[in-house]
Amino acid sequence: MNVHPTSRNFKNNAKEQLANEDLQAALNKARGHFVDGRSTAAGNLPEFEDLRDQAREIKNHTIENLDFYLEAYEEKVVENGGHVHWARTAEDARRIVLEICRSVDAKAVNKGKSMIGEECEINEMLEANGIRPVETDLGEYIIQLRGEKPSHIIAPAVHLTKDQVEQSFRENHTELDPDRILEEPPTLLNEARTILRKKYFEAEVGITGANLLIAETGSSIIVTNEGNGDLSQLIPKVHIVLASLEKMVPTLEDASTILRVLARSATGQEFSSYTTLSTGPKREGDPDGPEQYHVILLDNGRTDMIGTEFQDMLRCIRCGACMNHCPVYQSVGGHAYGWVYPGPMGSVLTPGLLGVDEAGHLPNASSFCGRCEEVCPVRIPLPKMMRNWREQEFEKHLSPGAARVGLGLWAFMARRPKLYQLATGLQMRLLARMGRARGRLSSVPLAKGWTKYRELPAPEGRTFQSRWKSGERPQ
Amino acid sequence: MSDREIVLGSLRRSLGRDGPVDADTANKLRARMVGHARNIVPQRTELDDAGLVSLFEEMATRVHATVAHVSDMSEVPAAVGEYLRSENLPSEIVMAPDATLDDAPWSENALLEIRRGAPVESDQVSVTSAPAAVAETGTLAMYSGPDHPSTLNFMPETHVVVLPAGRVVKSYEDVWDSIRAQAGDPDSGRNGQLPRTVNFVTGPSRSGDIEQTLLLGAHGPRRLHIVLVDSE
Repeated sequence: MNVHPTSRNFKNNAKEQLANEDLQAALNKARGHFVDGRSTAAGNLPEFEDLRDQAREIKNHTIENLDFYLEAYEEKVVENGGHVHWARTAEDARRIVLEICRSVDAKAVNKGKSMIGEECEINEMLEANGIRPVETDLGEYIIQLRGEKPSHIIAPAVHLTKDQVEQSFRENHTELDPDRILEEPPTLLNEARTILRKKYFEAEVGITGANLLIAETGSSIIVTNEGNGDLSQLIPKVHIVLASLEKMVPTLEDASTILRVLARSATGQEFSSYTTLSTGPKREGDPDGPEQYHVILLDNGRTDMIGTEFQDMLRCIRCGACMNHCPVYQSVGGHAYGWVYPGPMGSVLTPGLLGVDEAGHLPNASSFCGRCEEVCPVRIPLPKMMRNWREQEFEKHLSPGAARVGLGLWAFMARRPKLYQLATGLQMRLLARMGRARGRLSSVPLAKGWTKYRELPAPEGRTFQSRWKSGERPQ
Repeated sequence: MSDREIVLGSLRRSLGRDGPVDADTANKLRARMVGHARNIVPQRTELDDAGLVSLFEEMATRVHATVAHVSDMSEVPAAVGEYLRSENLPSEIVMAPDATLDDAPWSENALLEIRRGAPVESDQVSVTSAPAAVAETGTLAMYSGPDHPSTLNFMPETHVVVLPAGRVVKSYEDVWDSIRAQAGDPDSGRNGQLPRTVNFVTGPSRSGDIEQTLLLGAHGPRRLHIVLVDSE
């Protein structure tokens, strides 16, 4: 079993999503919420910008010494009675999860939200082996019912309207009265809460992700709002933590700095409802908690990114701010990106993990407005890295023929300024004439794809260069 | 070669090293790990004790927790009973077997039916104390142990927390210091270990997963009520 990305089809995916009315309605509602939330939370904390700098330095320091911290971490987990499993690939992670589940004869597994779980396709593997995975995060539960993938790393069902959620609940919760009133979000939430509550007690294994791993103590941290990740790890016999290597930080103090920028960047909260530090299995005399604690440390291509121009990407703390502020993501939604990680962080990470031949379209899906880098809590230079991927794509001759011919033509003209100015001058006059009536163009030769979803403002008749030459200057 | 060695080997190659960090670096990194140096801690908590308690209350209330004040532990049972009545909640409660709560005269409040221990599915109301609370964000800190089953923080629909005001600290870092000190204290029963679970709880459970509408009570408690005991 391998990963099933559709990133190669980004262009078609995007086209479909632009025409998807439910998606566009759902995205419209979510947009302001995240952007305003972040900006208010950042504004309420005078130290926010300095904390971002420190968070960046902590992650850089950890990555540069990651082998040391991983070994220190492992030693502490074992000292506390837990187990550490190293997984080179997604397939290794699936095998380890299955072995642990089988060792306790698990029939059902409760899952807190985990993007590493998505990356490794844990649910598909469990189902194929007769073990029932139950997603307990409300958003993840909704998309599991619908057989969909998350469209956002922290808001997995952000692409859906409440009517679609209602429809899914009616189709799946057939044991309930079909005439029940189920229109408003609170009634939907109550129904999911009631149904999921029973399932917590049926599972032998609980799987969560980790927002952070702490080398000093051998602990993992999850950050949630619902409390599902906590019930998922406290009630079953076995707690499995799925984490990629770069979740590491040296100390609890370092974790605190990351936590201070995480929720603010993600949902605009000062702190999420639940931040939980888990260290090993339950202690003697503890009335609850798991009897076994396993951590699966996943590489899956990450160590190969270290030492390259994409190393900075491993600072990412998965807050989702880059996609919340990205005009491309906000137009096409997360599914268009075709794999687990959408938006600007996905456009850099996905080619890193899957290869630029698989995901080369993604770094092209950027207007280079730079907002992703502006809001990134660990200041990852996302636009620069997308440019690096574009260069690699071009060098590997993976970009489409038309783009290569176009670029070649442009390069030819750009080296001949007289010819360039003549051609652009002619073009401007032509476009200005075409758009004279309305000042806008709804169709342009050779740019039908572009004008299908928007209009091109008509030029006013002269190019910047010719205006500059004739002495015009900004006021 | 084991997967562990392969991953570490690949990592070291990418970092431009043949093997582990040299002894000098290792010592520096170890010193950094045990030094527990604090990074930037927000200035908003540079307040006196009373100021910290009011900041805690303001921040907790902002995230939809409710707060009631009592002057000492003797008033706690009445305050809990009053809260349950006002919210139309049942008077059966499951309570942490926590020594802090032993100091309150529960038997004087005949209306409350109390069971001590971990919750079961049908329990509607839990009562615990919290060993610390962080003023910075209105956050309660709770540690698992024989006297505090962690499921009490999540399973019942209503969680009432009895918090002596003197336990309000400035920052998360203060909590880390205190769990480290507790782990090292031979009388704590922690045997040098951190608690299995440390829960930072900031307001009741919530979800924004349906059209980003804020809804309280997703899986954890719908209500988080804090009874602040002004003097211990």
